[in-house]
Amino acid sequence: MQGLDIGYMLGLVPVILGYVPLTLAMASAAMVCALVLAALLAVERVARVPVLDRLVMLFISFFRGTPLLVQLFLFYYGLPQVLPVLTRIDGVTAAILGLTLHFAAYMAESIRAAIVGVDRSQWEAAQSIGMTQRQLMQRIVLPQAARVAAPTLVNYFIDMLKGTSLAFTLGVTEMMGAAQKEAAGSFLYFEAFLVVAVIYWVMVEALNQGQKALETQLNKAYAR
Amino acid sequence: MSSTTGVTVRGLTKTYGGTPVLDGIDLDVSPGERVVIIGPSGTGKSTLLRCLNYLDRPDAGQITIGDLTVDAAQARKSDILGLRRRTGFVFQNYALFANKTALENIMEALVTVQRLPRAEAADRARAVLAETGLAEKADSYPAALSGGQQQRVGIGRAMALGAGVLLFDEPTSALDPEWVGEVLDLMRRVAEQKQTLLIVTHEMQFAREIADRVLFMHSGSIVEQGTPAQIFDAPQDERLRRFLARTGG
Repeated sequence: MQGLDIGYMLGLVPVILGYVPLTLAMASAAMVCALVLAALLAVERVARVPVLDRLVMLFISFFRGTPLLVQLFLFYYGLPQVLPVLTRIDGVTAAILGLTLHFAAYMAESIRAAIVGVDRSQWEAAQSIGMTQRQLMQRIVLPQAARVAAPTLVNYFIDMLKGTSLAFTLGVTEMMGAAQKEAAGSFLYFEAFLVVAVIYWVMVEALNQGQKALETQLNKAYAR
Repeated sequence: MSSTTGVTVRGLTKTYGGTPVLDGIDLDVSPGERVVIIGPSGTGKSTLLRCLNYLDRPDAGQITIGDLTVDAAQARKSDILGLRRRTGFVFQNYALFANKTALENIMEALVTVQRLPRAEAADRARAVLAETGLAEKADSYPAALSGGQQQRVGIGRAMALGAGVLLFDEPTSALDPEWVGEVLDLMRRVAEQKQTLLIVTHEMQFAREIADRVLFMHSGSIVEQGTPAQIFDAPQDERLRRFLARTGG
């Protein structure tokens, strides 16, 4: 076994770091979309609208039941053959879309559980003072559910951040894609992928610290 | 604040899984009248109150509160909101909004339902909170309040609506004995304001003190009613006698 080419690795760090903004952008965009979609799905799962409920359950079951990579390939390579409109979608958009749908399915279940966890009598109290279903959701139930679900949702965001590396398989040059290209030129695959791994690791650790701070903050809430 | 809102109920019926919980209830409550409902558990006392606020949907019957008459079985959204705007409901387990402070709990309906400007709603809520004796707890969340304090905020939340009728569903049953007194004290003060009150309670002494009329419910029906003296000192129905003997009323 030969020694690591430390100099090469150090030189590669700024190159890979240059792609961090793209990774963060993809993960953040997908997170925002997934949160909105997941909240809607969760509210539906609690309200159980006839017919729609079946569709939502099917959606959640499919996106939880199949690998993210398979879903991405289905959207990016498969669907355009059936729906030619989609040929114009670029890899980044397809990755954001795929991550959104995939993680929304998971997050919907966490949010649903958190909604159901809000004491039923608070729903009744909100109804008794004349609040509409929408008002009681927005002002009473969802804020409390968000607090319960927040740590889990941060975990999904971490998964999502790592999941953006799959965009590489859709031809997107993000952190992983950039490392692959560099390695193909230098043949120093171990060094290149090690640099990517460490940079992901550092990012995730930073998020973990953020999550801890968030949890402390959330545990303090409502206790004044 | 004296109430001009009366309550009339005709043929109110509610069935849970084949068992009648309310068996064609007829009831007339005059404006400002204080009615206490007593009876064994599971005889429909709470369900009656919950139907008036439409927390439970009746199967049949008619509810009139003030100027609004609703055919209970086919109430529209506006009917339900109408009933709720005319009734304040106090829950057994307080049911305060855990993410809102004491003041915000009382303000909530003023802001979201009655659409008052925030400052005005806050002023009114502060005045109500002062009536409950909890002015200094305005910024406390429910988790930081004792059971008695939480229920006093719960009563404040119902009072603040300015609804003509207040409904109390066993307001002291979930409380530790040490907090019952302060809640009953507040209810006495509310009773002095000549609001129309319907109170379900097991506090017989309290019922005797503040009620204009006591109803005894059994198996979904009002079996006997009268003044506290009639009900507690000269009960006619055998079931009422046995109930009073058991509860020491």
